[in-house]
Amino acid sequence: MRTAFIDSLFELAQQDRRIVLITGDLGFGVVTRFMNELPEQFVNAGVAEQNMTGLAAGMALSGKIVFTYSIANFPVIRPFEQIRNDVCYHNANVKVVAVGGGMAYGSLGASHHATEDMAVMRALPNMLVVAPNDPVEAGLATRAVAAHPGPCYLRLGRAGEAAVHGPDIEFELGKAIKVLEGEDLTLIVTGGLLQNALSAAEILSAQGVTARVLSMHTLKPLDTEAVLKAAAETQAIFTIEEHSVIGGLGGAVAETLMESETRPALFRRIGLNGQFSSVVGDQDYLRAHHGLDSAGMVATITSALRDSVRFTKKNDRHDLTVVG
Amino acid sequence: MLSNPNPLNDLAFRVRRQTLFMVNRAKSSHVGTCFSMAELLAVLYGKELRVDPERPDWPERDRFILSKGHGAAALYAVLAEKGFFPKEWIQTFYQNGSRLAGHATHTNVPGVEISTGSLGHGLSVATGMALAAKRDGRGYRVFALLSDGECDEGSTWEPILFAPQHKLDNLVAIVDYNKIQSLGSVKEVMDLEPFADKWRAFGWAVSEIDGHDVEAIESTFARLPFEVDRPSCVIAHTVKGKGVTFMEDQLLWHYRTPQGEEFAAALKELEDA
Repeated sequence: MRTAFIDSLFELAQQDRRIVLITGDLGFGVVTRFMNELPEQFVNAGVAEQNMTGLAAGMALSGKIVFTYSIANFPVIRPFEQIRNDVCYHNANVKVVAVGGGMAYGSLGASHHATEDMAVMRALPNMLVVAPNDPVEAGLATRAVAAHPGPCYLRLGRAGEAAVHGPDIEFELGKAIKVLEGEDLTLIVTGGLLQNALSAAEILSAQGVTARVLSMHTLKPLDTEAVLKAAAETQAIFTIEEHSVIGGLGGAVAETLMESETRPALFRRIGLNGQFSSVVGDQDYLRAHHGLDSAGMVATITSALRDSVRFTKKNDRHDLTVVG
Repeated sequence: MLSNPNPLNDLAFRVRRQTLFMVNRAKSSHVGTCFSMAELLAVLYGKELRVDPERPDWPERDRFILSKGHGAAALYAVLAEKGFFPKEWIQTFYQNGSRLAGHATHTNVPGVEISTGSLGHGLSVATGMALAAKRDGRGYRVFALLSDGECDEGSTWEPILFAPQHKLDNLVAIVDYNKIQSLGSVKEVMDLEPFADKWRAFGWAVSEIDGHDVEAIESTFARLPFEVDRPSCVIAHTVKGKGVTFMEDQLLWHYRTPQGEEFAAALKELEDA
């Protein structure tokens, strides 16, 4: 995702001289070409994220389209008040970009885990929150946020994830992408867990449960239409995110469902349970540890389905109807 | 007297008088911080800033950021004096339904460049504007007016470090050094001295002046930038509550609102000066 982002941004910046990339002294080997070939559109703010964000607001209010860039929480939670007061309050054209969303920097420890970032960004007025699920979405999301005239948070994974989508998907901010159709339940996925969710859907399918899988790359504005459609057409909804279950995708979907007349028989949030990781490990290890690998998702989902008194598989319901 | 032979002193007087009415009506705080910067605002808006009240968004305007946003009443007063918006508006300061909040607010207020109120934000935003101007070859300058208290903020020192690195000689930081912050004197709470040396050590060209002497402020601004390729810092030595004897140098008047006899006495002293 990191590569898709910087390549897309470089192309955009070549065409639009208003685009500026400000880094908080990070991006070794990533921002190099941008820095060397577009020096007038590049700023290294040093290890000073509050100033980076204030600078970005000032430049944006002077006509620039500014991307701030750093890793994990550094460009997000460290300068949170600058994002709120200087960027969002002025509706400044600033895109906050974090690489290493979730536990991408797993072994580096909890200081480098961005696991509450979407919740806090989502609460800010004027702020869009975008968390692509694969490199194809990341490239398209970069172009989409650049074209959106206002504050955006772009939460990326790391480098080297496999593409899940083909190259020709339709990508629109605020519009979920249906990756798989199924009729029993819906998996709504954000921020890089799409492949794991698809694998989970495959395992479930072998067990006779079919899942619709939605890539919810935009958390805000949420595609409430897709959520409500899923609630109407499938019986259970599971949200899946590498983020606290408080306030992120799970929170956003729950808010939408509770305020609607259309509610699923079963709703569960799959994510991190509001705790700092107590073990050390790389991203795959930590995902598995926290039940965010496909096996963990399947375990959570099957147990929830089993325990639910309201959920019945579509085939079973069909049988009941015939019998009854 | 109701006017002063020097038009800048007269503007400072009108800012103070208007501010006094505003905080009295609003029963609000921060009259001391407004009075300490009255001459600075008067020289900026009366002479130095290239701004046009008819075109508040004129792209080539000098930018002014009141980083010490709690001095909003004085800023609104000078903007109204200069005709950025109708003087009637300032009667609504701080009131329900008004557009003039207790801290500098840009929303629907012509002439307020950015909203402030949380300390330690303004200089970074100003620095971004100055950098954008340099990159685009634009001639406007960017002024940020800081309080001494907000120099406690680490985020104030980040742009102080950044601006000389980028040779932003179109950037001017002015510190209203009135020596009193929220809970005590600057010296007791968080001593800034040697203050000018700190700015110099970070790479700024510094000038220290009497922040109530309009001629000194005027001639100092006339020398901007103090050095080519360096940002300029004006440390303005001021007196909190300047202009009303019983408010001067008193922490109490960071908070207290002038009512009744105190209001009358303050108004009389300003008008008799």
